[in-house]
Amino acid sequence: MFPARFQYHRAGSVKEALGMLQQFGDDAKLLSGGHSLLPMMKLRLAQPAHLVDIGGINDLVGIREEGGKIVIGGATIHDQVAGSAVIRSKLGLLAECAAAIGDIQVRNRGTIGGSLAHSDPAADYPAAIQALEGEIRLESGSGARTVKANDFFVDLMTTAIKPGEILTSVSFTPHTARTGYTYLKHRQPASGFAVVGVAALVTLDTKGNCERVRVGITGLGPKAFRATAVESALTGKKPEAATIGQAAAHAADGIDALADIHASAEFRAELARVYTRRALQQAISTIKV
Amino acid sequence: MAAAVVPKFVGTRVKRREDPRLISGNGTYVDDVKLPGMLSMVILRSPYGHAKINSINVEAARKIPGVVAVVTGEDLKGKLGSLTTAAPAEHIPYHPPLAQGRVRFVGEAVVAAIATDPYKAQDALDAVEIDYDPLPVISDPEKALEDGAPIIHEEFKTNISTRAQVASGDIDGAMRSADRVIKFRLVNQRLAPVPMEPRGAVAQWNQGSGQLTLWSSTQGPHLLRSYLAEILKLPENRMRVIAPEVGGGFGAKLNVYAEEVLAGYLAMTLKHPIKWVERRRENLATNTHGRDQIVYVEAPVKNDGTLLGLKAKFICDAGAYLQLLTPLIPGFSGMMMTGCYKVPAMAFEQLVVFTNKMAPDAYRGAGRPEACYIAERTMDMVALELNLDPAEVRRKNFIPKEAFPAQIPSGLVYDSGDYAAALDKALKIIDYPKLRAEQAEARKQGRYIGIGLCSYVEICGIGPSAMLPPTMKGGGWESATIRMEPDCKVTVLTGVSPHGQGQETSFAQMIADEFGIGIDDVTVLHGDTAIVQYGTGTFGSRGTSVGGAALMMATQKLQAKMKKIASTMMETPPDQIVFHQGTMALASDLSKSIPMQKVVDAAYGYKVPIPGVEPGLNESAFYEPTACTFPFGTHACVVEVDPDTGVVKFLRYVAVDDCGRVINPLLVEGQVHGGIAQGIAQALYEEVIYDENGQLLTATLMDYAVPKAEMLPHYELDSTVTPSPVNPLGIKGVGEAGTIGSTPCVVNAVHDALKPFGIKNLDMPLKPERIWRAIKSARKA
Ligand SMILES: Cc1cc2nc3c(=O)[nH]c(=O)nc-3n(C[C@H](O)[C@H](O)[C@H](O)COP(=O)(O)OP(=O)(O)OC[C@H]3O[C@@H](n4cnc5c(N)ncnc54)[C@H](O)[C@@H]3O)c2cc1C
Repeated sequence: MFPARFQYHRAGSVKEALGMLQQFGDDAKLLSGGHSLLPMMKLRLAQPAHLVDIGGINDLVGIREEGGKIVIGGATIHDQVAGSAVIRSKLGLLAECAAAIGDIQVRNRGTIGGSLAHSDPAADYPAAIQALEGEIRLESGSGARTVKANDFFVDLMTTAIKPGEILTSVSFTPHTARTGYTYLKHRQPASGFAVVGVAALVTLDTKGNCERVRVGITGLGPKAFRATAVESALTGKKPEAATIGQAAAHAADGIDALADIHASAEFRAELARVYTRRALQQAISTIKV
Repeated sequence: MAAAVVPKFVGTRVKRREDPRLISGNGTYVDDVKLPGMLSMVILRSPYGHAKINSINVEAARKIPGVVAVVTGEDLKGKLGSLTTAAPAEHIPYHPPLAQGRVRFVGEAVVAAIATDPYKAQDALDAVEIDYDPLPVISDPEKALEDGAPIIHEEFKTNISTRAQVASGDIDGAMRSADRVIKFRLVNQRLAPVPMEPRGAVAQWNQGSGQLTLWSSTQGPHLLRSYLAEILKLPENRMRVIAPEVGGGFGAKLNVYAEEVLAGYLAMTLKHPIKWVERRRENLATNTHGRDQIVYVEAPVKNDGTLLGLKAKFICDAGAYLQLLTPLIPGFSGMMMTGCYKVPAMAFEQLVVFTNKMAPDAYRGAGRPEACYIAERTMDMVALELNLDPAEVRRKNFIPKEAFPAQIPSGLVYDSGDYAAALDKALKIIDYPKLRAEQAEARKQGRYIGIGLCSYVEICGIGPSAMLPPTMKGGGWESATIRMEPDCKVTVLTGVSPHGQGQETSFAQMIADEFGIGIDDVTVLHGDTAIVQYGTGTFGSRGTSVGGAALMMATQKLQAKMKKIASTMMETPPDQIVFHQGTMALASDLSKSIPMQKVVDAAYGYKVPIPGVEPGLNESAFYEPTACTFPFGTHACVVEVDPDTGVVKFLRYVAVDDCGRVINPLLVEGQVHGGIAQGIAQALYEEVIYDENGQLLTATLMDYAVPKAEMLPHYELDSTVTPSPVNPLGIKGVGEAGTIGSTPCVVNAVHDALKPFGIKNLDMPLKPERIWRAIKSARKA
C-alpha cells in the first residue's frame, strides 16, 4: 500500500498537460479520478515517475450540448453523468449505466475518461459507449482526432489511445423518439464490477417493429463489444418474446469468454444471453408508441 | 427541592456511548499512536505455498537511505521462542516469526524491513533478493491424507497434526435399528474474518526502566502479554499491552502473531519505537481464517423422522502452522453437532490436517456454526428423504423444555431452553402454512421459492476454566474492579476487552442501576494491562455473561462496604440500607436517607476511623463460571432462486433469538444484525480460495466478497427470553448467535427452492454459477 516514489504535477490546461506528457514521455501517467491508477501504484504494479493530474482542468469537466450532440468532458465524474438533467432526459442509457458503477465514493471520484482509457474488461461504461456509438476525442501535441467506439476498444485493457494523447471528451447522439433502453448488470459480488453488463437500446418504427437495435456487452470478453448478431436478428422484426429470445441467443457468438473465480466462460456466456434477452425486453417495454 | 429521578437503565435501549467518539474520528486506534523517533516496519511475505529458501540477499536493501534494519529468520535464530498453540495436539510445529529455510504458505513472513517511513521500508523489501526452490504444495486437506502425499513438516512424517475420537451411546445399534441411514458430505468452506480495522502493533522499549509497551489491535491484551512475554523472554511485570480502540476482531484478533513478536523484539534491539500496520492484502492472507471443515455425516432415522443417532467424520484443515486455538475449534463442532435434538447415540472422529495455507482459528462462532450446520442440514435432509415437513421433523426431535438442564451425548449440559417456543414464534411471524401454499402456487408458475428454517443452540459464556485446554494460559474466569471515586463517580476496570460489543454502555447501565446514579457517572476502562487487573478477554460471547458477573460480584463487595460505613452514620443495621437515587436510604422508608457523597467522604476522608473498615472504596472480584450458557433460537427465511441465472433473492428474513436476560436490546439487535450478515455471507458469498499451487486467489476485497448492504435482506427480529439458571445475571450471550443461526437457514431455503429439480446437497457458498449448473444438469437428467 506504499507506492514507489513519484512526482506529482497539476496541469492547469489541456495544453499544459500535453506539454508535460511530451516532456516526461514514458515516465509519465495521466491521473484523473485515480480510482484505477492509484490501487495499481499502491501495489507497485504501476510505478510512474511522474503523475500529471488532469482532474483540475476546467475544460475537461462538464456536460454540454453542441451541434445536436451531447459532449461530456473526459474528467467528468460518474456521479455528474448519472445526475445530469440533460443526460437523464436525452441520453438516459448513459445515466443509467453511470449510476450502476461501483458505489457513491467511486462515482464521486472516477471519471469517464479514466474509465475508458483504463478499459477494464469488466467496466460498465464501455457497454453503453458501444451501444450508443459514442465518439471519443483524443488530443495530442500534433492535433486532435475522433475515434468511434467500435475502433476505440482494441483488446484487453488496450485502447486506441496513443502515447502522448489525452482523451478530452466523448460525444453522443441523443435518443430519438420511440426509443427504449436499459443497462442490466450481473454484479461481481466482491468488486461490484460487471461479471456481465448489457446495454440495450431499441427504436421502434411507427408500426411497432424494431427499427434500430443496439446492444453493447461488457464483462464477457477481453473488451466491450457490440453484439451485432443480436442486433441484426431483431432489426425489422416485431419485438415478440420468442423473437427477442432467438436474437439474444446470439449474444456471446464468436466471443472468447473470460473466466475467473467468479464465473466460468460458459456461465458468463449464458449470463450474456439471459441478460441480453431481459435487457431487450425491458428496453422495449418502456417505449410508448 | 425534589431530587431528579434517575431512571432504570437495564433493559432499555441506551445508545452506545462508544459511538460518538468513533464516528467523529476521535477514537485512537493503533495506527493513531505516534511516538517520537518511531520507525516503520514492513514485511516481505512468501509468494509460494511451499518452497525451500536457498538464500536471501539483503545487502542492497540495507544500503537504501532511511533504512535502519533488514531482518531475516536466520538473524533471529535462537533469540526468540516459537509462536505456539494453546491447545493440545500430537504434532505442534516449530513456528518462527520469520521463516527459516522453508516457507509453508503464501503470506508467511520472510523478511522485515525497518525504516524511517513505510515507503522506504517497502523500497528496501523491493531490493531484497530471495532464491526459492518451489516444493510440491498441498492445498486440499483430503489430499494431504493420501499415501505418498508430500509432507509439510518432515519431522512428523505425517500431515496429521492431531486426531480425536468421541463416542457416546450405542451408535452401531442405532444404525442397525434405523429404517434408513441418511449419508451426506458437508463442507464448511474457509472464511476470512475481515475486521474493518486490520491488525497493527506499536512497540516501545524504555531502556531506562527496562519496560516494553505494546499497543496491539487485540481481543485479549492480558493473554497476549503472557504469551509474548514467554516468546520475548521478558517478565510479565515489565511488559504492558494496550488494546486501544479495536475495530472488530471476530476471533482473528484473539491470537499471538509474528508481527507482534517482531515489533516487540526489534523495538528492544533497535531502541526505537516500531510501528507495523497491516495492509488489507496481509489481513486476508495472514489473519487466522475460519471454518474449513469437511464432514461426512451419517444419520440413522426411523421413517417417522425420529433421529436415532448421529455419526460424523471430520477432516479439519489446520493450515501450515497451528495458531493459538487452531486444534481446539473443531472440538466444539463435534461436541455440539447434535444441536437442539435428543439424540440417543453419537460418535465422531476428527483429523486435524496440515496444508500449505494460513491456519484457521476462532471465527465468530468458532466451531458452533459448523456444528449447527451439521444438525440443521441433517434435519432438512431427513425431511427431504422421508418427505416430511422440516418444521415437524425438528419439533419431533427437540429436547423438550421439561428436560432441562439436559445432558447431551457429548457430555455437555444445556442450561435451559424452550426450542419449540422459538420455532413456533418464527413460524407464526412468517405465517408458515400460508407461505407453503404460496410456494406451491409459485411453483406452478415456474417460480422457485424456498423456505428455510434453522433451530440453533450454541455455547456461550465461556466458561468454566476446566473447559479450556490445560495448556492454555489464563482461565475461563473473568475479573472486574470497581472504584467509587472521592467525588462519587464510579470507575470500572473490566478484564474483558470489548471491541464493538458495547460493554462501556451495558456495564454502565448495570452500575448506574445498582447505585441509583446516572450512566454518565460511570466510566468503564479496559484493554490496558497496566491499568486493569489480569483478565481473559473478549471471545465466546463471554463479555457480559462472565465479565458482567465478575463486575456484579465486585459491586456487591463495594456495596457491602458502603452499607457498613452508612450503618455507622445512620445507626441502622447494614442489611436494612439500600442505594436509592444517589442516597443511601432505609429500605423500609426511603425518605430516611443520607447522600451517598457523605458515605464516600467518610471512606476517603477517614478523619473519623470506622472500626473494622479500611479506608477507600475499591473492590475487585474474579468470577469463575460454574457452567456454560446455551442460547438458542429459530431463524426462518424465504428466498427466490432465478433458475436462468442461479441468483438468490431474499423475500423475508425472520430471527427469533433467545439470549436469556437482556441488558440492552439495542446492543443485542446490533450483534444479531452483524452476525446474520456474516452468516448469510458464508451461505451465499464468501470463500477463501487457494488454488492447487497454494496461491491465494481471494487476496483482495476486489475478489473476497464481503457483503454490501444491498446483498442482505431486511431483518425482522423477535425474541423469547429464557434466563440462564447457571449465570448469576441470567444472561446467556448473543455475539455469535446470528452467525450460527443464519447460515443453515439460508442454505436450507435455497435447497427448498431447488426441490422441484431434485437438487439435494450443494456446497456453500451458493454462488449463482453453482446453482445454475445444478439446475442445468437436473434439467438434462
Ligand atoms: C472500489 C472500486 C469499485 C469500482 N467499481 C466499478 C464498477 O462497478 N464499474 C466500473 O465500471 N468501474 C468501477 N470502478 C472503476 C472506476 O470507475 C474508475 O474510476 C475508472 O475505471 C477509472 O477512472 P479514473 O478517473 O479513476 O481513472 P484513473 O485511475 O485516474 O486513470 C486510469 C487510467 O487511465 C488513464 N487516464 C485517465 N484519464 C485519462 C484521459 N483523460 N486520457 C487518457 N488517459 C487517461 C490514466 O493514466 C490511467 O492509466 C471501481 C473502482 C474502485 C476503486
